[in-house]
Amino acid sequence: MRPAGYLLFLALLPLVLNDFWLTLVATRALILGIIALSLTFLATYLGVVSFAQATLAGVAGYTIAYFGPNTVGVGFELPFLVSIPLALILSTITGGAIGLIARQSRGIYAIMITLAIGVAFFYFTRQNYALFNGWTGFSGIRAPEIAGVSLRDPAALYLLSLGTAALAMVLVAGFVRSPMGLSVQAVRDAPGRLLALGIPVTTPIVTAFAFSGFLAGSGGILNIWYQERISSFSVGLGPIIDILIVSVIGGLRHPSGAFVGAVVFVLLDTFAVDLIDRERFNTLIGAVLLLIVIVAPNGLQQLAKDGFGRLRQSNSNATE
Amino acid sequence: MITGMGGHMTLFLIVTLNGLTLAALYFLAASGFSLIFGLMRTVNMAHGALLLLGGYVGYSVVDTTGSWALGVLSGGLAAAFAGAIVQAGVLGWMQGDELRQTLASIAISIIMADLMLWYWGGLTYQVELPEALSGGQRLPVLGVGYANIRLALMVFALVTGLALWFLIQRTRLGAVIRAGVDDQDMLRALGFPINRIFILVFALGGLLAGMAGVIAASALSIAPGTDLQFLLSSLVVVIVGGMGSVGGAALGALLVGLAEQYGLAYAPTYGAVFTFAIMVVVLAVRPQGLLGRAEK
Amino acid sequence: MNTFKTAVSAIALFAVAGTASAADIKVGVISILEGAFAALGQDGIRGAELAVQEVGGKVDGSSIEVITMSSDASPDSAVNAARKLIEQDGVDLIVGPLSGSEGLALRDLSKSYPGVTFINGSSAAQDTTLRDSSENFFRFGGDGAQWMVGVGNYAYDELGYKSVAVIAEDYSFPYTQVLGFMAEFCSAGGKVPEKFWTPIGNKDYSSVVYSIPQDVDAIFVALGGADAVNFLTQYNQAGGDKPIIGGSITIDQSILDSKGPFKELLIGAPAGTPTVSDYDGEEWAAFAASYTDAFPDGFSAPSIFAHHYYMAAKAAMLALDEVDADLSNDQAAFRDALTDLTFVTPTGGMMRLDENRNGIVDNFVTEVFEREDGSLGNRVVKVIRDVDQLLGQDKETFLAAGPVSRDNPSCP
Repeated sequence: MRPAGYLLFLALLPLVLNDFWLTLVATRALILGIIALSLTFLATYLGVVSFAQATLAGVAGYTIAYFGPNTVGVGFELPFLVSIPLALILSTITGGAIGLIARQSRGIYAIMITLAIGVAFFYFTRQNYALFNGWTGFSGIRAPEIAGVSLRDPAALYLLSLGTAALAMVLVAGFVRSPMGLSVQAVRDAPGRLLALGIPVTTPIVTAFAFSGFLAGSGGILNIWYQERISSFSVGLGPIIDILIVSVIGGLRHPSGAFVGAVVFVLLDTFAVDLIDRERFNTLIGAVLLLIVIVAPNGLQQLAKDGFGRLRQSNSNATE
Repeated sequence: MITGMGGHMTLFLIVTLNGLTLAALYFLAASGFSLIFGLMRTVNMAHGALLLLGGYVGYSVVDTTGSWALGVLSGGLAAAFAGAIVQAGVLGWMQGDELRQTLASIAISIIMADLMLWYWGGLTYQVELPEALSGGQRLPVLGVGYANIRLALMVFALVTGLALWFLIQRTRLGAVIRAGVDDQDMLRALGFPINRIFILVFALGGLLAGMAGVIAASALSIAPGTDLQFLLSSLVVVIVGGMGSVGGAALGALLVGLAEQYGLAYAPTYGAVFTFAIMVVVLAVRPQGLLGRAEK
Repeated sequence: MNTFKTAVSAIALFAVAGTASAADIKVGVISILEGAFAALGQDGIRGAELAVQEVGGKVDGSSIEVITMSSDASPDSAVNAARKLIEQDGVDLIVGPLSGSEGLALRDLSKSYPGVTFINGSSAAQDTTLRDSSENFFRFGGDGAQWMVGVGNYAYDELGYKSVAVIAEDYSFPYTQVLGFMAEFCSAGGKVPEKFWTPIGNKDYSSVVYSIPQDVDAIFVALGGADAVNFLTQYNQAGGDKPIIGGSITIDQSILDSKGPFKELLIGAPAGTPTVSDYDGEEWAAFAASYTDAFPDGFSAPSIFAHHYYMAAKAAMLALDEVDADLSNDQAAFRDALTDLTFVTPTGGMMRLDENRNGIVDNFVTEVFEREDGSLGNRVVKVIRDVDQLLGQDKETFLAAGPVSRDNPSCP
């Protein structure tokens, strides 16, 4: 089986990569990929592009921070066996709530309402000290230890992220084949017909958003263990745009695109400063993004799959 | 400076006036965005960058020539030119693919912001006002000083709003634009040079954004980051008001300007949250915006 | 196995990143080179580079390489920048960051990298060193409260202000600045009836302008960059006439060098700051001259950021020299040298560290004046030497007052 082969190969990476490549590139890409997967899932199967995925990841991250060890003296400590499920439950519920609010919005309007939710959440975390510790946020967060091994250790965090990513892909594949998953895709294809048949569209939309909240939440938990801190900046416009860039670079046609996009994005974000004058690297990042949007409208994943013959065709389609 | 004398009522009126004048600025900033969004369904995320470009160019021109009007005009023209290039060179090639355009314009705004930072540096710029607009005067009834430029903002917004209304309702180009808002495909089928019209609309949107940039740089100030602030405010204004409608943009600007000033005066801690909460509530109840028409 | 790993990684690194350099000691400098603080961040880099240039890029035969890295003012980006500098570039020391929350983040990060020494740039949050300090995090400078020492007394005693309203941005650095001002002003007998906390990046202050009580004697403005410019402009336009008292980054040279008519309002305004661009001290004149020589395209005089990054990098160079550039044994000898280091700062004082590795510094009370060519500068009204982080108070009492916040301290 090919996926199993890939997985085995990826699981062996800690043997050949040093800590820098393993943690700052591979693990970071996996975590970003999981969060972007929650967006790619919504875009692929519900046909909705959400800008609130950083918010959902942030809800889970803040939960871990508030109910875990931190150095800012806000919140109280719960065992990880409690705080982790709690974080996932909260991000799932928040996802469902966003779905409920945005249930009537499609296309550009869905982008705008989710963007507004994301920005409102950002300002709220920045101003609220009781729950979010305001501008400064939480720091000194530690990942749990299992049998004396911290989950923040490079190999441990990498394998955990890899396992979570694989599980997330399996869950997405299972979800879209389930009856509810089929209703979600029916909403994408023909919302009008569903209504005419008397099938409510709210439940599939809310379920899809809740499921994406669960995915984003798992990425958010890994992310806070990786960063060991969270603040309003983690849910601001920067991360919101980053996640969108990752999804679009990879392509919104297939869930695995999220990880392709994440790898490209992390390499770019990490090494752009080495390729160009350090003070101008945003120009390079912008230029690469623009290039990908222009030459690979369906993302790199699709581009690699189609080869160059299809590329010429899709370009001529776009210029009509 | 008046709570000591005038009390709560005066403060409330002043804050309301501040909300109105801020709304005027937001309307000016959002009008170009609204025009482009309305006709072309393009969410131009580089709108803030165009506005900032106009502001910088306007500053440089005023600094050299000393003429404020010339600065406003050059700022507008520079942004109009940049907008036309953006549409002709990039966005026009992906017409109809909203998401791709959104992404491409984000990429353009990242590049533009970085290049402007390179050229103009990270300093805060403020455009020097002409004699007539600088300083302030005592307001009748309220009896407090008020900045001339803020009063002038309302005049600018009114003129711009009327000009836009006239352009859209009374001219041939306007008729085409209105037809475009309703049915792009029909317009194409009738043989209108839609690509050239789109470039023209983008230039017009850029002109409005650039002029608003110079005015914002005169009334407040501009610095790196100003692009994002005005992009966000324009998004809220246009989306809340309803797309492509001049009246909608005005209504959206009023709501946002007033919410921001009341927030700042009476609940500074969560002021910024209110603005976006309003947008969430409006869109949850009326997904097409307050004055927008429901899509098919 | 490890050799194999290194080899694979080195190949991968080579493929993507080009050649690694062969310098003996690598110093990573983290500053904000993007967004609104970019101009200030660039000046911080200049300061660090100046200190390295002064020793000719070499200490005891070991070459020094400076690697700069940008953050965007967010703690997350500062942490990512530091991780990349450490894990990819293999730096031995980090100089930076620029802003308060970034400093707290790097303080926490430093605990995960005991083999790297962190020397704070210009970030001035109080708790970076005061509470929960880190063994390998040093600050050769003060915090935001130290930077205001002298102003409260000057405002009360010399200027005769009895009641002052505060307008400041709503985050940790201005909280600390307000503490520094109020600690003196309140204990001298002054009152602060109202504090206005505005969101950072706010553009329109007009409604705040009209809410300022009529019966205060002055306004303490602890805003930075564009925020200060916007507030002062709008206050001016609305006919506001209360005297201004400035925070440390409200009336920095970079703001006096900004463009716009609002600056008239500032002439005569006092402020607290560790850096005075027009200071006539002998050491400062030499420092400013070598700054303008090295960086003709810099500001007209070193900013607070150039000054602090310079002191941080200079401390590193001096301590390296003392231990013959020996960083073995997890830099133990180097850190001891840093801990015991004393040197004359550009402001003429004697820099040394307290038990939390926080600087004991000089501070200035300044006022803005107009130079003959029409540009504005700060001139010194008063120098206060040996300002420590406890503001001269007893440690127990000082810590018992609790961390600064919107409501702490208070004297309405």
